[in-house]
Amino acid sequence: MHKVVIPIGPQHPALKEPESFSVTLSGEKIMKFSARLGYNHRGIEKACEERTYIQDVYLTERICGICSHSHSTCFVQAVEEIGAIAVPKRALYIRTLVGELERVHSHLLWLGVAGHEVGFDTLLMYTWRDREIVMDILAMLTGNRVNYGINTIGGVRRDMSPEQGKDILKAMDTLEERTKYYIQVATQETTLIQRLSGVGLLSHDDALKLGAVGPTARASGVDRDVRRDDPYAAYADMKFKVITDNHNDVYGRTLVRMGELMEAYSIIRQTVKNMPDGPLTVKAPRKIPAGEAVSRYEAPRGEDMHYVKANGTEKPERVKVRAPTLANIQTVAKMLENRQLADLPIVIAAIDPCFSCTDRLTGIRQVGKRKRNVLKWEELHEYSIKFYQEHGVDFTNLNNKLTKLLK
Amino acid sequence: MIRPGKMLRQVLKSIFKKPATTKYPFVKATMPDRFRGKLKFYPERCIGCKMCMRDCPAGAIEIVKVGDKAFECYIDLGKCIYCAQCVDSCMKKALESTKEFELAALDREKLKIKYDAKPGEVPKE
Repeated sequence: MHKVVIPIGPQHPALKEPESFSVTLSGEKIMKFSARLGYNHRGIEKACEERTYIQDVYLTERICGICSHSHSTCFVQAVEEIGAIAVPKRALYIRTLVGELERVHSHLLWLGVAGHEVGFDTLLMYTWRDREIVMDILAMLTGNRVNYGINTIGGVRRDMSPEQGKDILKAMDTLEERTKYYIQVATQETTLIQRLSGVGLLSHDDALKLGAVGPTARASGVDRDVRRDDPYAAYADMKFKVITDNHNDVYGRTLVRMGELMEAYSIIRQTVKNMPDGPLTVKAPRKIPAGEAVSRYEAPRGEDMHYVKANGTEKPERVKVRAPTLANIQTVAKMLENRQLADLPIVIAAIDPCFSCTDRLTGIRQVGKRKRNVLKWEELHEYSIKFYQEHGVDFTNLNNKLTKLLK
Repeated sequence: MIRPGKMLRQVLKSIFKKPATTKYPFVKATMPDRFRGKLKFYPERCIGCKMCMRDCPAGAIEIVKVGDKAFECYIDLGKCIYCAQCVDSCMKKALESTKEFELAALDREKLKIKYDAKPGEVPKE
């Protein structure tokens, strides 16, 4: 059959973030899938080198909008390891608490998005309504809904009061009841099961070979979780199960995430009930001694990794971030081989992608020239005007009109 | 039991429930106690150590000496990321987070706020 190559993105109504996929089709069947990352590069790693450690905590928090706590904790852990800073136990418990609350909100968000991608918008509406409960808890505990700003080098910035603990436990009861209902929906609703079963198959061997992480790997039967294998924060004191599944498909990933929600509620209850007394922070020096460290963190999407190299000054020499999506995006090509085009949105959504976290660096090379050309802002502006004029679009009149209107 | 329409009962029940959303612009939203909003500056407490300037991740805050033991504070709300690190860094508690959050403006210049040095004076916008 005749082959057709369809570009999807970087600007596409079905994508929430700018990312380009190229799909080779034979009829409705996908022959080849390739992703081109780099449309959302923000230069965060380089910016980290220009700022002090304290400033970097807030910068790394803004790598991702959903797992913001994961990235900042991961960075802070690496810095604390280099500086040999012993963090108080209460601070570790609060970090764990916020981390698990974040997992709850991220998984509920994913469940809604997955429902939306398969055309089950009722699920989206209900899960997102219930997600507000955990968002309110986070706002109450940390002050903000998204970028919590709870971490600082050597501890946490906000305490948990006993009244807040009671509120959290109460909210967990409501959420647990709701999650049980969603598990019932997922295991009994035929339309959902039939739409998700057998879609995006990733065998156990392929998951290992392609280095999948997080729920994507665990749904293929890979029993791997940083929280248990390499405990950080207060996870060594917690009792929890690592949820795995052998469905190997999107349905399995749904079940894994639902199971993880139930485990998260249990961990949150344990942290609130066993919260030790003590100080929140220890004084951290501004200058971190020379050294390097790799820190691992089980983010809602999978294993997050930060590498920090210090050189004895106030600023790090190198910061490297490996976001979970970068590890998982390779598996999408495998999942989509010989599948239908209609499965593409849900298969991409099933790895819970976060592309702006993943984008790291792009160098632009002019065709025919070997040297890399770095454009300044003004040059880029001029280039864009020229480009559009060459393509028959002239914005000069419009620009003049706009300036007049603003005056 | 596997059956379609598992959520149907829930959907029917919800018809008689109030909407989960709030009527935000008409009903004023209240922020949690720990909310980090627009900053407040107490000029009489400032000693001009400029720790806030040093720690600000966005470079949004500027302390300028205008006289003997008198300091002015400039905050660019467009740059501020509302992390309140400056509040933590300030040893004299000259900075404070408020619950004010409706800070949008059409003009960039309006986002630049100056807090005068004279003690007791209300911050001008």
